[in-house]
Amino acid sequence: MGTYIVRRLLQMIPVVIGATFLIFFLVYAVPGEPWEGRCGERECSDAYIAKFKQDYHLDEPLLVQYGLYLARLVRGDLGVNFYGNAVSTELLTRYPTSIKLALIALTVTVVIGISAGVLAGVRKGSFLDSLVIVSTLVVISIPVFVIGSMAQFGVLKLNLNNVIPVTASEGTLQQLILPGFVLGSLSVAYAARLTRTNLVENLRADFVRTAKAKGLTPARVMGVHALRNSLIPVITFLGYDFGGLMGGAIVTERIFNINGVGGFIFRSINQLDGVSVVGAVSVLVLIYLVVNLVVDVMYGVLDPRISHD
Amino acid sequence: MIEPLNDDVSPRHDAAAAETGVPPAVGVPGPEASKDVARSLLSDAWYEMRRRPLFWISSLLIVVVLVMAAFPQLFTSQDPLYCQLILSRRPPSAEHLFGTDIQGCDVYARTIYGARASVLVGVITTLCVATIGVLIGVVSGYYGGWVDTLLSRAGEIFFAIPMLLGGIVILYSLPSPRDPNFDRTLLYFIVVGKVILALTLLGWPSLARIMRSSVLTVKPQEYVQAARALGASPARVITSHIIPNALAPVVVVATINLGQYIALEATLSFLGIGLQPPAISWGIAISEASGLGYVISAPHMLLFPSLFLSLTVLAFIMLGEVVRDALDPKLR
Repeated sequence: MGTYIVRRLLQMIPVVIGATFLIFFLVYAVPGEPWEGRCGERECSDAYIAKFKQDYHLDEPLLVQYGLYLARLVRGDLGVNFYGNAVSTELLTRYPTSIKLALIALTVTVVIGISAGVLAGVRKGSFLDSLVIVSTLVVISIPVFVIGSMAQFGVLKLNLNNVIPVTASEGTLQQLILPGFVLGSLSVAYAARLTRTNLVENLRADFVRTAKAKGLTPARVMGVHALRNSLIPVITFLGYDFGGLMGGAIVTERIFNINGVGGFIFRSINQLDGVSVVGAVSVLVLIYLVVNLVVDVMYGVLDPRISHD
Repeated sequence: MIEPLNDDVSPRHDAAAAETGVPPAVGVPGPEASKDVARSLLSDAWYEMRRRPLFWISSLLIVVVLVMAAFPQLFTSQDPLYCQLILSRRPPSAEHLFGTDIQGCDVYARTIYGARASVLVGVITTLCVATIGVLIGVVSGYYGGWVDTLLSRAGEIFFAIPMLLGGIVILYSLPSPRDPNFDRTLLYFIVVGKVILALTLLGWPSLARIMRSSVLTVKPQEYVQAARALGASPARVITSHIIPNALAPVVVVATINLGQYIALEATLSFLGIGLQPPAISWGIAISEASGLGYVISAPHMLLFPSLFLSLTVLAFIMLGEVVRDALDPKLR
C-alpha cells in the first residue's frame, strides 16, 4: 500500500509540472502581448505594460519565467487585477459558497444517481431499467445551461419562487438547492448509468453465483457481494466528478447569480479581467489534479487488487 | 436472442474476438462476406444497426442538421440579420413561427442559421481529434518503449486539464481582433478556429488512449504475426492490419464526443468567450434568452434554440450508442 501511494505521488509530479507549464505557456508565451485583455475595454497604458513586464519577468528566458511563475503559484500569489484587488483574496471569500454548492450537487448525485442505477441494474430489461436508460440519455444530451434556465422557468411558472428561490445571490442553503440539483444533473445521469452497468456485470459474475449457491439470502448476496463491488468505480467517478463540478459551476453560478468562484470567473471574462480569469482557472485545475490524486489513492484502499501489481 | 446463462461465451461467429476481449474488428471483409452465414463484422454491424429504429431516428436528425448548416436558405427565406426593434419579443405567430427575440429578429431564421457554428465545430474538431488520436495511439501501441512512455505522459498532461477550464484559458489567451471594423466573416472563422484548436488540444488524449489499448490487443493476433513473418513493412502492417481492426472503439467514442464538442462550443459562447453577438449561434441565442425576465416574458426565445441544440447533441450520442451496440456483441 505504501509503495503504491509513493508511486502515485511520483507519477503525479510530471503531470502537475506539465499542466502548469501548459497554462503558463498559453498565458504568457504564445505570440501576442500577454497584457492584452487585462485592462478592461481599453488599451493598456504604457506604465501598466512596463509594470507588467517587470512583475512577470518577461525579459528573462522562458524557463526562468516559468520557475518564477511556479514559485508565485505555490505561495498563493495569483496577481493583482486592474481593480487593485489580489485575486487570491477574491477567491478566498468566494470559495465557501462554491464548495457548499458542489457538496449539494454531490449529495444529489449520490442519493438519486446510485438509487436509480441500483433499481435499473437489479431488474435488467424491465420498464424501470429502460426508463432510467432513456431519461439519463436525455439529461446527458441537454447542456447544463439549458437545464438551468428550464428549471428557473418551471419554478417561476408554478409560482414556487418563495419555496425554491431561482437566484442565489446570498448563497444560503435554501437558495442553493435548485442550483445544486442543476449542477448535479449531469453527474446523476452518469452515476446512474455507471452503477447500473457495474451491477449488471457483477450480478452474473462467478462470485455472485457461488454466494447464491452456498445458500446466502438474496439481500446478502445483493448488498455485500454484488453492490459493494459495483460501487468501487462509482466512488472513484464521484471523486473525479467533484473536480469537474468546480468547472461546471461557472455556468451554473452565472445562471443563478451565485457569488462563488464560478460566478467570479464569468464576470471576469466579461470585464476582460484576464488576471482574474487565468488565476482562478489555474487554481481550479490544481484542485482538480489534487482531487484526482486523492481518488487514485482511495481506489487502492477500496480495491486491494489495484495496489498489489 | 436467448441470453445464455454464461454470457462470456459469445454466441456469434467472432468468438475469438470476444474471448480475448478484442474490440470487434471493422473492415477487411473476407471472401465469404456475401454469404449470410458468416458475414464480416462490418456488414454484421450494419445488419444489426439497420434493424434499430434509434439508428434511423438519429441518422435522420443528423442529416437534417447537416443540411441546415450547409444550406440554411432551404429552410427559411427570412434574413436572420433583419431585425425590427418594434417587434421585440413577440410570441410565435404565423409570420414568425418561433416568435422574435430581444432585437426583434426572427427566432426561427436565427435558429436555422445557428446550426452552422455547432456543426462546424463538432465535425472539424472530431476529425482533428480522431486523426491525432489514432496516429498517436498507433505509434505508442505499436512501437511501445520510450516512444510510448513519452506520448502517454504527454497525453496525461493534456488529459489532466478539464475541457471547459482549459478551453477558457486557451480562448482567453488567443485574443481575437477587437477592431469593430474587422471583417465579420473572417472574425467568425477565427473564433470557430480557436474553439476547434482548444477542443482538439485538450481532446486528443482520450482517443489516443483508447486507440493505444485497442492496438495492444490487435498486435499479438496471429494475422498480424503472419503479415510480419511474411516480411510486410511496419507501414503495411499498420495501415492494412492494425488500423482497420483497432478502429472500432475509436469510431464509437468519437461519435459520442462529437455531441459533447457541440455542447462545449455552445457553453463557451454562452459564457461569452466563444462566438460574439453579431455572429449567430445557439449558445449566443440561449445566453441572450436566459435572463430571468426573459425566461418568463418570452420563453420561446429560450425554448427553440435549446431544443435544436439538445436534439443535435442527443442524435450524435444516440448514434454512437447504436454503433457501439452493433459493433460489440458482448454488450447485447
